[in-house]
Parts: sequence; C-alpha cells; structure tokens
Amino acid sequence: MFIEDVFSGAVRYGSSVIFATQGEVISERAGVINLGMEGSMLCGALAAFATASATGSAVLGIFAGVAAGAVLAALHAFLVLWRGANQLASGLAISFLGLGLTAALGVSFVSKQITGLGAIEIPVLSDIPIIGPGLFAQDILTYLALILPFILVFLLARTRWGLVLRATGERPEVARAYGYDPRRVRAVATTIGGALGGLGGSQLVLAYTLNWVENVTVGRGFVAVALVIFGAWKPVQAAIGGLVFGAALSLQLQLQARGVDVSIWLLQMTPYVLTLLVLTITSRRQSQQIPEGLKAVFGGGKAA
Amino acid sequence: MNLTRHMRRASAAAAAALALTTTMAACGSDSSDSASADGGKTTATIGVLYVGPHTDYGYNQAAYEGIQELKKEMPDVKVLEAENVPETAEASRVMEKMIKDGATVIIPTSYGHYQPAVEVAAKHPDVIFLHQGGPKAIKPNLGTYFGQIYEAQYLTGMAAGLSTKSNKLGYVVAFPIPQTLLNINAFELGAKSVNPKVKTNVVFTANWCDPAKQTEATKSLLDQGADVISQHQDCTKTVVETTERAGAMSVGYHADASSLAPKGWLTGSVWNWGPLYTKMVKAALSGDFASSPYAGVYRVGIEDPTIALAPFGKAVSADTKAKVEAAEAKMRSGELKAFTGPIKNQAGKVVIPAGESPDAASLEATDYLVEGVVGNIPQS
Repeated sequence: MFIEDVFSGAVRYGSSVIFATQGEVISERAGVINLGMEGSMLCGALAAFATASATGSAVLGIFAGVAAGAVLAALHAFLVLWRGANQLASGLAISFLGLGLTAALGVSFVSKQITGLGAIEIPVLSDIPIIGPGLFAQDILTYLALILPFILVFLLARTRWGLVLRATGERPEVARAYGYDPRRVRAVATTIGGALGGLGGSQLVLAYTLNWVENVTVGRGFVAVALVIFGAWKPVQAAIGGLVFGAALSLQLQLQARGVDVSIWLLQMTPYVLTLLVLTITSRRQSQQIPEGLKAVFGGGKAA
Repeated sequence: MNLTRHMRRASAAAAAALALTTTMAACGSDSSDSASADGGKTTATIGVLYVGPHTDYGYNQAAYEGIQELKKEMPDVKVLEAENVPETAEASRVMEKMIKDGATVIIPTSYGHYQPAVEVAAKHPDVIFLHQGGPKAIKPNLGTYFGQIYEAQYLTGMAAGLSTKSNKLGYVVAFPIPQTLLNINAFELGAKSVNPKVKTNVVFTANWCDPAKQTEATKSLLDQGADVISQHQDCTKTVVETTERAGAMSVGYHADASSLAPKGWLTGSVWNWGPLYTKMVKAALSGDFASSPYAGVYRVGIEDPTIALAPFGKAVSADTKAKVEAAEAKMRSGELKAFTGPIKNQAGKVVIPAGESPDAASLEATDYLVEGVVGNIPQS
C-alpha cells in the first residue's frame, strides 16, 4: 500500500538523521553548535561497520560507533571550550577531518560483508494499517530513534541534568552561581551529542545499508543541524524534521517505482527547501527560541 | 587583546585540523606503487586512476582486475595506481605526479576524469592518454575506448525474463544518461524477446554510489512486486545484498557479484578489460600510437572479449541457460542485434523502424525508454 510503503521508508531512511538531530539538540541547548556532527556520524559509521566486520557482532559495532562519534565531538569541545576556537570553523574542520579520516581508513572495508541488526517485529501492532510496518517492524536502533526524542523531552524538562544543561545554554552565569562549571557541562553535552551522531552512523550501516563506502552519510550530519533550527531546538519537532527528510526520499522513490512522473531533482531538494522555508517564515519565532548562549555564535542577537 | 588571541588560537586549531584532514585524504587517494614482480628491469611506466575503491563489486573493481591482468601480461611495465581519485582538479594533480614519476601512458578510468585528462594531455604531448568512456579523442595523444555493454544487458534481460514469476523486473539506475537508458532498454527488449508479458520498473537514485538510497530504491521496487533486480550503479554490493535478503533474484553489473547472492544470482553484464588494456598499452608504447585505432574513439561490441556475461547462478534453470547461451553465440557472430526494429518508445511511437539496426554511434544518442519500461526519464 502506497502510504504504508512511504511511511516505512521514511522511518528507515530518517532514523540515522533523527539520532543526529537529538545529539545536536543536546549540544546546542547547552550552548555549543556542532557542525562536526557529520564527522561524528561518519566516524561512528566506520567504527561500527569495522567492528561488526571484525567481531561478527553488530551489537559491539554499536558501542564502537557511539565511542567514535563521542571522541570526535570531544575534540570539538576541546577546541571550542578550552582553546577558544570559533565554533563554526572548528565544526567544519572536524567534519572534514571525519570525512578524510574515514575515507582513508575505510578502504579495506568496502567489500566486507556483515550480519546486521535484524528487524524485530512486534506481533499484532506491526499489522496496524499504514503505520504498523513503519513503527513496529524495525530493528532495535530504529526503535530507539523513535523513542529517544520523548526521553529527551522528559530529561530536559523534568530532571536536574536538563535544568543545568538548559541554564548553561541560556545563562551560564546562573549555572555557575549554582556551582556548575559551564565549560564542563558544555563539554559533556557536546560529547554526548557526538555519541548520538555516532549512533546515527551506526544505525545507517548496521541496520540499513549493511555496507560501508566513503562518505556513506552524504551530508546527513549537516541536514541534522538544519533540522534542529527547523525544530526550534525541541527534540520531538527536530525528530519530525528527520522523518520529513526520510519521507521526501521515500516518496520520490515509491512514486518512481509506480511509474509516476516525478522530478527527482525537485524531491531531492525537498528537505533543504523545507528548512529554508521554515527559516524564512518563522525566523522571528525561531530567534526567540534560540538558546541565549548560541546567539553570539549565530550573530543573530546580542551575546549573553 | 583577548579577542585577537582567541582568534589566533582558533585559526591555528582549525588549520591544524584541516591540514591533518588533507593529509589523511591524500593517503586515501595516493597510489600503491607496484613495481615489476621480479624486480627486474622496468621498460616503461604507466599510471592508472580509479574514481573509487578497487573492492566495490562494480566499475572500479572491473577496471582494477583488468589492470592486474595487464601486469601479468607485461611484467616489465611498472604500474602506478591511484584509487578514490575525485573527478576534480585533484585528478590533474595525480596525473601530473604520475608523469613526474616517469609514466608515459596514463589511463584515467572514470568518465569524469575526462576533462582533467584533456587539460593534462595538452600540457604533455609526449604522454599518451587512454580515457575510459570519454566522448571525443583529441589528437595526437588522447584516445577514448569503451564497450557496448548494453549488448550483454540484452542477454541478462533474457535470463531475467525467463526466470521471473511476477513478470515484473526492477532496475536501480543512477542518472538518466544515454548509457544507462541504453542498458535499461536492452534489458527490457531481451526480457520481452522471451516473455512478452514482462515489464521493467525503473527508479533513478541521482547518485552513482549512495548505499542508503540504493537500499531504499531496491525496497521500493520489491514493494511493487519486482522479483528480479538489475542495476546501473558504480558500486553494486548494496543492491545485490538487499535483493538477496528479500529472497528475490539479482542481475549484476560491472563485476561478478555472485558470491553476494548465493541463492538469487542469475547472471550479470561484466567487463573483462585485461586483453584490451594490454593491447592498448602495447600500442601506446610501440612508438606509433597515432596510427593505432586506440588514438580515436574506440568502441567494442559483444564480439570482443571485453564484454562478458558473469557465471550463471543456481537460480537459473538449464533451459534458460541454454537459451541465453544460444542467443549469446548469435550475438557474437553478428546474427542477432540487441536493437533491431521495429522498436517503440513508451508512448508507442516507432523509434527504430522495422528491420533497422542502428550502429553504436547513433545508439549513443538514446534519449527515450522503450515500450514495456515503467518509469519516467526525470526532466531537469
């Protein structure tokens, strides 16, 4: 069925981006923009694939992917928070580092075959029309991608950790007054964010493509950064952005396979056009939502 | 001031990271020099560029295997190889480096290496360039060569048409260019020649090697009930594996990927570049390249060993195998052509009149899909 197929495709294709958006939300809510997300995703993807290939265990691959994504983001945090590097410049450099590093180290893994994470079908629920196969017949990481935004909403709004994180992103001096070192909070948040990017990369290669090639993420990390703005720094909204990104591709392919005349070029642009549109239309609202600590970086307002 | 110090630190950090990246990327693309096996005298040096890794079960692997055969045939020739060479000024840089290291023949194997090769060739009239798939030869030192692999794709279409149970075939394609359209058309015509009911559904991914899109494209075709999937991508592994996992049958492309699909492999159109590479390099080193056919636009058909069928898989019945092999023999002798009119396009209009078999040059201008192909050529 058409809608069912498109929806399943959107979830499958969008999951890796959802992870990256959640990581970016954590990082930016603490006051650090991480344009290095793409690098974290790529390093996560290669580490996950290489580990799964070497050990035969996709689960070990997940851990390696998370660790690799975290290491790269920690490097970004170090450059930005301790060495005073410009956040945007450092992030871009980190992304290119990830691209070059994985291209060089990944060559020998291109031909490797791995056993990926299998789908776990939830009985009854997976038979629900339209949304069943998309939501309830997925692998473990895709389930996690669907649940994570809700967990994050809870953590940010209801826990002390969330409060400290938000305070650091909005008014670091308040966090400091309560005895928290804003720099450390930001470093931890950025590193966790990168770990989630690595998880996204792991989902991509362990559950979806089951293959590694150079630049396998093709810009998903950058898309995630844009989607966080699209989602006004809110986890669930950003995740919906990830699903829209997946749906744009899935819709285009499903229409093509049915012989419908569609412009693949136009649909390829959909996520980007959508983000630009949202930015244009809602820029006023968006600029109110932006964490205070980020305003200095974006240059969209006075520094906190 | 604090700010300037910060900025200096920031740019230093960024520069360091970028420098590291560039070094790493260069490591990835730079060559593994392979000198002559016996360490004996080297009579000549040639340089080969690949756009991707040599293990892609696809375009680059096919070229790489051809070069390995050349090395065996010509052990006294030193071969410089560079993988993952982008289709940018980087390609020019790699070629210049190879020439500096003594290469007198350069083989850029990707279509997009054409422009850089043309530029470098103009600067080095004494170096001979053999470009794979380029549109034009440039006198005196740049020739282009390629094969009409669509003729093999007609045969794989026959195997698919005889093996399908749903009468629906799927085709995952990168971009709508004449070469891909020719392959799709030949595939559907071959399938229809043995099974009039068969249709081929086409999906374009707008990328030569994006495993995520390949996965989704393959799934969308399987969702439509296609039970044989063929493809025109640079790296073929993902499509073949996704098809195999879904229990459907695969027709491969570029290189033999039968090991990836032990159950569903039918066959595939593959390149066997070794003999042609060897002949061309011998001609280039002979001192009389200009009078050889390789100095022009050189194209080979299925009568040449360059174009071959991959071994048949277990999913192919003995009867199917016999029919395909018989047709292959007829094609090699010239008795059977992939494109013989009347052939109609999707709108039902005759594009090749009855009895006509256009030559390779006019087929290279194909801008339509034939009747029986489901899908549209994306317009820009």
